[in-house]
Amino acid sequence: MRGRPAAAVAVTDMARMSNGTNKRALAPFILVIAILGSGQAAFASVLPEDRTDFLYHRYEGGGVTIDGPSVLIRKSVGKSVSLAANYYVDMVSSASIDVITTASPYKEERTQYSLSGNYLRGNTTVAAGFTSSEESDFDAKTYNLSVSQDMFGQLTTLTLSYAFGDDTVRRSDDPSFFRDNIRQQYGIGVTQILTRNMIAALNFEVITDEGFLNNPYRSVRFIDPGSPVGYSFEPELYPRTRTTNAIGLRTKYYLPYRAVLEGQYRYFIDTWDIESHTGSIAYLHPWKDFVFSAKYRYHTQTGAHFFRDVFSRSEATNFRGRDKELSALSSQTFKFTAAYEFLPDGWGFIDKGTVNFSLDHLIVDYEDFRDISTGAAFGSEPFYQLKANVFQLFFSFWY
Amino acid sequence: MKTQRISRLLLTLVALAAISGCSGIEPWVKPYERDRLADPIMFLDMDPVSSAYIYHVYEAREGARGGEGTAGGGCGCN
Repeated sequence: MRGRPAAAVAVTDMARMSNGTNKRALAPFILVIAILGSGQAAFASVLPEDRTDFLYHRYEGGGVTIDGPSVLIRKSVGKSVSLAANYYVDMVSSASIDVITTASPYKEERTQYSLSGNYLRGNTTVAAGFTSSEESDFDAKTYNLSVSQDMFGQLTTLTLSYAFGDDTVRRSDDPSFFRDNIRQQYGIGVTQILTRNMIAALNFEVITDEGFLNNPYRSVRFIDPGSPVGYSFEPELYPRTRTTNAIGLRTKYYLPYRAVLEGQYRYFIDTWDIESHTGSIAYLHPWKDFVFSAKYRYHTQTGAHFFRDVFSRSEATNFRGRDKELSALSSQTFKFTAAYEFLPDGWGFIDKGTVNFSLDHLIVDYEDFRDISTGAAFGSEPFYQLKANVFQLFFSFWY
Repeated sequence: MKTQRISRLLLTLVALAAISGCSGIEPWVKPYERDRLADPIMFLDMDPVSSAYIYHVYEAREGARGGEGTAGGGCGCN
């Protein structure tokens, strides 16, 4: 149920996590999901472990609650093939800053299925997958293919990947509204064993979009002397293409005792003039049958060239957006996880199991997006700040 | 354009990597020295379902995407 009046020009904040608009957000997620679980070890000339995960996820923040399950089942067939299936659901209840200022709170659900397979031959692994995501006003289908090659005595693994996505955007209040978006992703990655205590991964990823990229419900605001509050709203209008480039480096270092230090950095730049730096540091510490970890992550970005909190007049520029994620912003995340291993000696066909809990506390400071829900006078509204908690509880079984 | 310069640099690096692949580099970490690397806490992606979800959250709340997850490499998960 959407609960949106036909006239409502909703800015589906949640959407980034589930609504059709959020192709920008959803697409890379689908790419990852499509081949997730296809291997964890530093030595790629083996198939991924046979494993099943039951995860419950819950996001709470900014008036938005999103929760649901994710189930991943992976099983090898013979010695050369591994198959995986994933089922994922987002149940959304949104009364975000965008929704409460321009539309009505709503609820909806997104369901995603994916199937993938890995084929191992010698030092080469080929992976292919398909993912389908459906909700009331947005469908996405993604096909992906990747090839990994081990070399230099399995110290180095080179991976090339490609994915093709076909999205369909609709409007819940207009049955005749129908738009397409084609998305392609190209990736190259190198994982390198540096020493007996250290491993690093360098990844470069290009994603191109062509089609309808904005949210069909979201609006921008502009100065309107005829309005009692001093401004009015009109639909946003994005460019029809976007190309993003991201390069990321990740390292893990095994300390002199049994614990791990992890560092990560990403540089991002795109054709919408968003440029960002993201870094994180984490520490993992096993203790008896537990593994604890703590992580701090920082992200900062510039805004898109067509983003304005308020435009000087109606249709002031060729392209217009007021999606707060396109604003200049900085975000911080504090993460804590705990995992407990049970059934260490196995039970029946199960070799071992773990139960895991994680909490991410996310703080986002928007540097060019004002909170107009405060009732402050036009032009003096405070910049918006988002605080959110992300909970995950999951059980994993190896067999 | 900045993005074009980055693309050229990466293509050069890939070409160098391809050339070096013919030079017969000896592995400097022997298989019997990889016990720590084989410890599950050293896996680049210990819990794929969980990490895929949390990167989805980041991509939803920020303007950047890609390059941060477990893409490519020996991890093999995108």
